[in-house]
Amino acid sequence: MSTMPFAPYIVASVFALAVGATLGGALIAVLTMRLIRAVCGLMICCLGLAGLYYFLNSPFLALMEILIYVGAVCVTIVFAVMLAEPDEPKQTAGARGWLWSGLMLGVSVVIGASLARLSLQGPWPTPAARLNDGSVAAIGRSLLTTYSLAFELISLLLLLAILGALVIARTGRTAVKTDAPQPPAPPVRPAPDPEPVLAGK
Amino acid sequence: MNPLHLHEHPAAYLVLAAVLLAIGIFGFLHRRTLIGMLISGEIIFAAASLNIMAVNRFFAPDPAAGQIFVLFIMGLAAAEVAIALSIIIAVYRNYRSIATAELSELKG
Repeated sequence: MSTMPFAPYIVASVFALAVGATLGGALIAVLTMRLIRAVCGLMICCLGLAGLYYFLNSPFLALMEILIYVGAVCVTIVFAVMLAEPDEPKQTAGARGWLWSGLMLGVSVVIGASLARLSLQGPWPTPAARLNDGSVAAIGRSLLTTYSLAFELISLLLLLAILGALVIARTGRTAVKTDAPQPPAPPVRPAPDPEPVLAGK
Repeated sequence: MNPLHLHEHPAAYLVLAAVLLAIGIFGFLHRRTLIGMLISGEIIFAAASLNIMAVNRFFAPDPAAGQIFVLFIMGLAAAEVAIALSIIIAVYRNYRSIATAELSELKG
């Protein structure tokens, strides 16, 4: 690392870029009124977080962060934004709205500041010895020996989540389909304004 | 503390995780739609993962354990997002809205 000139400056600027992407993306995700911009802010935040994982000696988790969050979670949220509403409703204006916003800001700032102070003051012990080097081979070895039960359980959980998501999201469609041929019979739960796009499918 | 070597100090990561948690909590309280609250929840998950990874890198005797823990957090977050988004779609189909102010059927 030290053979290149300016190598510490390059490393420090990449670290600053990762920190800035994480914080800026999180702020975009929280503060914009358009939901699609909030999803893009979440993507930027996850990219910065992947860079931080790389600095924390774990390139495998950096890759997984990009693959799972940017590639799967954000795309799924984009689909939900497409099927539901794209915008936030208007905030309540006036003194009452500002009071509530100030209260929320105060609560979050107090929690964040107290946690930061605790983590700066804590007596963190340095370990006497490392059991392994934290490489991908070490992760795989302990994933299949020590944590094999949790590994199997999370595969079961993902299967159940997929099935549950299909069942929950499917019920409205079959109701629309089976109720359509019999106009005199009222549906079980009459929707106030059936959207033609959903009813046509 | 030399700012060029900030990436080798655990305090930088721990404070950043606390700031991310504060941003996530603020968004969770401030957002008025279910999808916005879900995005803020993802930021809180990210803060927890970053904190665990920092502690794992600098203070833990077994560096593989924290990485596996964060991997499980990612899997749980993916499952949670799938379930929550299908619930949001079902809510939107019934109420024509995902604003939290309008989902008040149980309000006494």
